Amino acid sequence: MTKQRKAVALISGGLDSLLAAKLMIDQGIHVEGINFYTGFCVEGHTHAIRKQDKDKPKRNNALWSAEQLGIKLHIIDIIDEYKDVLINPKHGYGANMNPCLDCKIFMVGKARQWMEENDFDFIITGEVMGQRPMSQRKNLLPVVVRESGADDRLVRPLCAQNLVATLPETKGWINRSKMKKFSGRNRKPQMALAAKFGFDDYATPAGGCCFLTDKSYSDKLVDLWQARNSKDYELDDIMLLKVGRHIRPAPHYKLIVSREDGENKFLKGYKKQFTAIELISHNGPLTLIDGELSDDDLHFASRIATRFSQGRDAESVTVKVTRPTGEELQLDIPPLPVSEIKKEWYV
Amino acid sequence: MPVIKTQNKIAELETGDTLEVICTDPGALSDIPTWCRINGHLVKDSRENGDEVIILIEVN
Repeated sequence: MTKQRKAVALISGGLDSLLAAKLMIDQGIHVEGINFYTGFCVEGHTHAIRKQDKDKPKRNNALWSAEQLGIKLHIIDIIDEYKDVLINPKHGYGANMNPCLDCKIFMVGKARQWMEENDFDFIITGEVMGQRPMSQRKNLLPVVVRESGADDRLVRPLCAQNLVATLPETKGWINRSKMKKFSGRNRKPQMALAAKFGFDDYATPAGGCCFLTDKSYSDKLVDLWQARNSKDYELDDIMLLKVGRHIRPAPHYKLIVSREDGENKFLKGYKKQFTAIELISHNGPLTLIDGELSDDDLHFASRIATRFSQGRDAESVTVKVTRPTGEELQLDIPPLPVSEIKKEWYV
Repeated sequence: MPVIKTQNKIAELETGDTLEVICTDPGALSDIPTWCRINGHLVKDSRENGDEVIILIEVN
């Protein structure tokens, strides 16, 4: 009796990994999905926070993909392990703080580990030769194969016909001719294949699925590291970089000023960890302050925070300040004139 | 992420056990029921209570 062959598919939530898994399912392979949570995922997170995006579907696209495919999805928290990938990428960073090649190698390596632990036979990714500028260059695809340890058990169904045959192909577990020969940055072949399979509500993240590819986010991350003189971070640190205006008027402290109701609500969850400024006399944002502040610093920070309130043009605005110790004080603050808020303070 | 914590907790439970998830991530209202569907667990109840999201799951 022929053994049921099993593959673990890296499912990012994007179209390519969805199609790659589908091609293997259609060849009779038992597929289960694996998705890695680094903390830098764009997935549904910001949509779930902001009030302006309230009507957007709040869905995790990796879960959606798994449901479309009818496969299990294993979501693996790799926040701690990923730190070394981000802080010390052997192959360097892309245009921003994105260590894409090291990231791919790491994730495929983790998938290999999962494959071995669960008695699966091979790994599937949705990589397409020449599609991504960093990790999918023709000369780098073999680097992923080698450095992840996946070797000839890594199958890329969307571009397999451009690549050296893998073990599953030579063993006859999968048919090479039924895989694809996609290459380059053109998305039309994938979209046509999606239409053929009947997938029509897939994610099309124009800005990518990882915050590390975003310049604004990357700038804030670098600022955090420089201010702390350390590249270490916790999950809360990197979550907070995704919301609010970040303003650093001095090297030793930074304001995180919420921009709308949804962000206000999100930041409230972190209130007890920081010095918090809340408006009393006027409507306005919640502001958290990361850093050690003197009384003069606190007064100045409050002047900046009130600049973003509805009392911005008033002579005085009343705020409540709560220190992490729980100490509360009420201050009457003249908002800082907009001309005095320096552009270079914005992170 | 609540869905990861739910996944990991359910891995420790037996068929027939009930898990109550309480969190403040509004995305969980979608994520956790989807995860349950694809992994064969039953969502018996899901609701919002102020800022909290509460989901009751029967482990399969």
